Amino acid sequence: MKKNISYIFNRIITALLYISGSITSIVVILIVIFLFSEGVGMFGKNPTEEGFIMAVNKTNKVSHLDAEQVKLLFDGEITNWQKVGGINDSVILFRMDNITDYFTEEQIGENFENLPTCLSKVVDSIPGIIAFVGKKYIDKNFVGKELKIENINIGGFLMGKLWFPTAQPVAVMGALPLLLGTLWVSFFAILFALPLGLATAIYMAEVAHPTVRNILKPVIELLAGIPSVVYGFFGLVVIVPFIQNTFNLPVGETAFAGSIILGIMALPTIITISEDAIRTTPRSMKEASLALGANHWQTIFRVIIPYSSSGITAGAILGIGRAIGETMAVLMVTGNAAVIPNTLLEPVRTIPATIAAELGEASQGGLHYQSLFILGCVLFIITMIVNLAVEFISRRNKRVAS
Amino acid sequence: MYKIETKDINLYYGDHHALKNINLQMKANTVTALIGPSGCGKSTYLRLLNRMNDLIENVRIEGTVLIDNKNIYERGIKIDELRKKVGMVFQKPNPFPKTIFENVAYGLRVNGISNKDYIEERVVRSLQNAVLWDEVKDKLKKSAFELSGGQQQRLCIARALAIEPSIILMDEPASALDPISTAKIEELIYELKDKYTIVIVTHNMQQAARVSDRTAFFYIGELIEYNDTKEIFTNPQNQRTQNYITGRFG
Ligand SMILES: Nc1ncnc2c1ncn2[C@@H]1O[C@H](COP(=O)(O)OP(=O)(O)OP(=O)(O)O)[C@@H](O)[C@H]1O
Ligand SMILES: [Mg+2]
Repeated sequence: MKKNISYIFNRIITALLYISGSITSIVVILIVIFLFSEGVGMFGKNPTEEGFIMAVNKTNKVSHLDAEQVKLLFDGEITNWQKVGGINDSVILFRMDNITDYFTEEQIGENFENLPTCLSKVVDSIPGIIAFVGKKYIDKNFVGKELKIENINIGGFLMGKLWFPTAQPVAVMGALPLLLGTLWVSFFAILFALPLGLATAIYMAEVAHPTVRNILKPVIELLAGIPSVVYGFFGLVVIVPFIQNTFNLPVGETAFAGSIILGIMALPTIITISEDAIRTTPRSMKEASLALGANHWQTIFRVIIPYSSSGITAGAILGIGRAIGETMAVLMVTGNAAVIPNTLLEPVRTIPATIAAELGEASQGGLHYQSLFILGCVLFIITMIVNLAVEFISRRNKRVAS
Repeated sequence: MYKIETKDINLYYGDHHALKNINLQMKANTVTALIGPSGCGKSTYLRLLNRMNDLIENVRIEGTVLIDNKNIYERGIKIDELRKKVGMVFQKPNPFPKTIFENVAYGLRVNGISNKDYIEERVVRSLQNAVLWDEVKDKLKKSAFELSGGQQQRLCIARALAIEPSIILMDEPASALDPISTAKIEELIYELKDKYTIVIVTHNMQQAARVSDRTAFFYIGELIEYNDTKEIFTNPQNQRTQNYITGRFG
């Protein structure tokens, strides 16, 4: 009888655990599906502004361009058709407003009734023209040629070098600068946090007097609980001016500032996890080393660190994970220029900062909005890779240790 | 002239008086067995001889320990030098998470020796002396964890031999092993006696009788009796010794 009750009890507990486990997994999966479904509609869409088309003279050899090229043309950075595969002729930009340079208001007509004809004439008379015009003013007698703009695709999105999602006439969505910005800032953050964190962990686990450790440990754990705006604020007030003065820069908001702040933020994770790992080194292992005449430091570097390397790696990777996903502090100190970083002393922009900064102004369901969701997916995939790496490393080390 | 001399040793773990007035001398190239019930201070005494107790907080030690006529608790003694002279083998095999080769080479490397040929020669010789060579010669680059418990313990002995100590301390070296591995270790101890002075803690009376020349019986921190092994086992002077070796307590 008693046995029966405990059996049923066990079954209930098992069922509860099972249910809560599956609910959590389902929620996670739903979130990912949501992110993806919100964003995926972007691919295959045309980045040209709704209701507008690009037109060129009918003699123009160029028949299609990608968004980046259009952006450069309209910014005046490409001034010759040769650069985009055409003949040697300079580019003449034409927007709807420019029509008044060519025709008087009477010629166009009070209600723009002659506008289609005028547009047609302009495009026909200037061989090097590129015109950004409303679709509704193009009639069947239009003598120009419609320029095809490449649709958004995954390759172009991930590898594109320009991020101007609100640019006119064509939105340019190349996430490469954001991707590299994220990796760049995180990489240097970890480069700086890992040695420091490891040194602190070793100090706490092996060198510090227990009382010192008992003070230090909660302080470091507290560091993990400080909201990231506070870190950002600290960065803005202390680190940014410091960098600006030290390196004599026009602005101090740089990748370097972001790396330092992220490094500081990753420190508690790295320290706590590595310290725990170091402390799990069996006493017998340390004694074996000391009994062979090794001194304390030799024991630390030759036995303790190798023994706890899996824990240390896990700490570092989780620290990276934190750095990659961090938003607020980075947004505040990196200067947010979406350019591919060459040095540490340039402004950069990370994926999370981009999402945070732009989601508010992107109209729901629009191209820009969708692109931000895809950025979210990219971020998710990066963190997933990072976590799988942790899993892999700890599993491999478990095998070695047993 | 003794190899090891301990005079009027008192050792305290905080308030706990773990060793009481111990006076014990050991000659070079002998095997001394330390026996006694659990908690009587055998390990504590053993760890006194290579200053392993220094790692424990709140330990207080009184008295003198002379090794080769030198007080090892004197100020200015280099502990790592001492430990190179006094090797130790622990109760549970504790190889490093390194290859078999690197385990044995460890003591040499931390000693600052980097001559590859010399290290290799010493590793091979130590493994041979620990009667492990034939079993591992084809897998020196494999992890030490791949060995059996008995092999691991002999690896730990080889590791201790590699730095050429003159004294080897063994704390129940065979207690975690099967009878065959135990027999191998005992044989090994017998062979090592020619070159080393050995102090071994054991709970196994037969083992003490088989391997040791002298036996010391400890009881709650005191040295009750210390004599030739044969004498202790055939003609104990103290009633408690008698009770212990005949298995009436402990
Ligand atoms: N690190 C320590 N801190 C405090 N007390 C200790 C410590 N190590 C041992 N003791 C105490 O000292 C006494 C002797 O311990 P020791 O380990 O030397 O016994 P032992 O004879 O080796 O026993 P066993 O046969 O079980 O290994 C025991 O009462 C033990 O509780
Ligand atoms: Mg013991």
